[in-house]
Amino acid sequence: MTVTSPISKPMQRFRSNRRQRILWGIAWCALLLVAMILSPWVIGDDGLSPVLVQRNQPPSLVHAFGTDWLGRDMLSRSLHGMSLSLRIGLLAAGISALIGTGLGLAAGTLGGWVDAVVTWIIDVFFSLPHLVLLILIAFAVGGGTTGVIIAVAVTHWTSLARVIRAEVLQVNSSDYVRLSYRFGRSPIWIARHHMVPHVIPQLLVGLILLFPHAILHEAALSFIGIGLSPHIPAIGIILAESMRHLSTGYWWLGVMPGLLLLLSVKAFDWLGENVRSLLDPKTSQG
Amino acid sequence: MDMQLRSVFTFVARKLLRLGLLLLAVAIFTFVLLSLSPIDPVQAYIGADMMQISSEQRQLIAERWGLDQPMIIRFWDWLGQLVQGNWGTSMVFNQPVSEVIASRFWVSLPMLAIAWLLSGILGLGLGILSGALAGSWIDRVVRLYAYTLASSPTFWVALLLLIVFSVALRVTPICCAAPPGILAADVTLWQHLHHLLLPAIALSIIGIANIALHTRQKLIDVLHSDYILFARAQGESLWGVVRHHGFRNLILPALTLQFASLSELFGGSVLVEQVFAYPGLGAATVQAALRSDVPLLVGIVFFSALFVYTGNTLADLTYPIVDPRIRLGGWQT
Repeated sequence: MTVTSPISKPMQRFRSNRRQRILWGIAWCALLLVAMILSPWVIGDDGLSPVLVQRNQPPSLVHAFGTDWLGRDMLSRSLHGMSLSLRIGLLAAGISALIGTGLGLAAGTLGGWVDAVVTWIIDVFFSLPHLVLLILIAFAVGGGTTGVIIAVAVTHWTSLARVIRAEVLQVNSSDYVRLSYRFGRSPIWIARHHMVPHVIPQLLVGLILLFPHAILHEAALSFIGIGLSPHIPAIGIILAESMRHLSTGYWWLGVMPGLLLLLSVKAFDWLGENVRSLLDPKTSQG
Repeated sequence: MDMQLRSVFTFVARKLLRLGLLLLAVAIFTFVLLSLSPIDPVQAYIGADMMQISSEQRQLIAERWGLDQPMIIRFWDWLGQLVQGNWGTSMVFNQPVSEVIASRFWVSLPMLAIAWLLSGILGLGLGILSGALAGSWIDRVVRLYAYTLASSPTFWVALLLLIVFSVALRVTPICCAAPPGILAADVTLWQHLHHLLLPAIALSIIGIANIALHTRQKLIDVLHSDYILFARAQGESLWGVVRHHGFRNLILPALTLQFASLSELFGGSVLVEQVFAYPGLGAATVQAALRSDVPLLVGIVFFSALFVYTGNTLADLTYPIVDPRIRLGGWQT
């Protein structure tokens, strides 16, 4: 690896440039997301109080997202809502990743009936439309914020569990792991030294790519009214409210908060892609 | 001939068995979920009149419904009724659940069908275009479009379409499946189409991204193979290669994806119908959940499982038509 030859010099410069670019991408996305999550504490609650003289103003320099029918600043409302949705999405996706990793590892290493049961559950989950499943679970656990978190948390682990199960099965049947068994290494030693290094990158990328799904589904559930109560300005609720004012031509009420949602989902996607290309040996060196 | 008939028979038998097992699994899952839920079925049934009911009357209702029985017995009772076709009565619509689902599904079906065909054809077309011209500006535009749409919320795209076409341009109606104030029997075909066009387009826009990106990748893989190099060396044009070699290779995975997308299409219709106030099955799902209509919600869960399963089975059925080498019921002939 450390052998230097005359040819490797320009290659090295190119490599560090690309790595730097990826690291910058990761830093920017992370900064943007952290800023969005922390924004309510920075800007405070000033924009949330009604100012009736400033009702229904289109986007301007003072109010970048315009104001709503009570004269509230849409930018601060959207940021409050986005922050809430991001936090709920992060929590639900985190729980989901834990379930996915646990069940994926269990199915891959224990095999037998554990594997059969886990694959069966995954099959049942895939046989229903995701949104119908979300609605059913959110309804069954009683709705509200807890309902959304539980519904999103217990329905997003399936694809991650599949990936991790496949990864574990593949590593388990590889020659060096079999050799390791023959050398008398304990299963725990093998798990620690052979499985974990393979599973961790998959887990990290899988976790990051879970977030956008979780956030979009949280927003969808709030949008149709099964999620958070209408008094909490989650991003889905702001968008659902805007529907009543669209026919009167107040387009910014629906467009601007949606753009913010799209931006945060995109930021997670970019973050995931960049982390993947950093961790994947195929692309990290190129 | 006899062999063929037998392979079709085993195929159908296997598919039906799998469907039965799947529905049983969904039944167990739904039942356990709803019996563990904190929702009191008596309270959900009576609703706002709960205050006027004494605890003896409550007890009576619970006994009549068999709520005092253990879970296993209740499950078998319920499953028996389901199998006999008794899906219960919807509380919101005051009609048998099967009738509600059937009538609502007929309203949704044209919209789902148009969206499905549109997303399939456009997705395939855009995928082939950007795959064949990989690296060009057309490819960049298609990829930007697909990646942006893949991460944008369905209901927001529907909202945008509504703002542009219904509010600003006034070319499409703002809601519902028919003009207000007109009897259902008097609605013309054109009015039907006019009302379902925008919801269908909103639904299809979401589906395009996935199939376009997969088709693009598949075509690029095919175009980098040796036999394509050979065909090009013999003087075959790019579009000739795409038509004769590329298309055959990418149509099968595209069909699989397109039939698998029925699951997302169904979920998307819930959101799109909510935005356009389109009175289809998706809107009924939302009402069932918001107003605690358990029988209808369970019915829709079963129906959606059936819908998704039908999609996957149809995909299996189209394979032998597209690729004669594939036979129904596997390779053992």
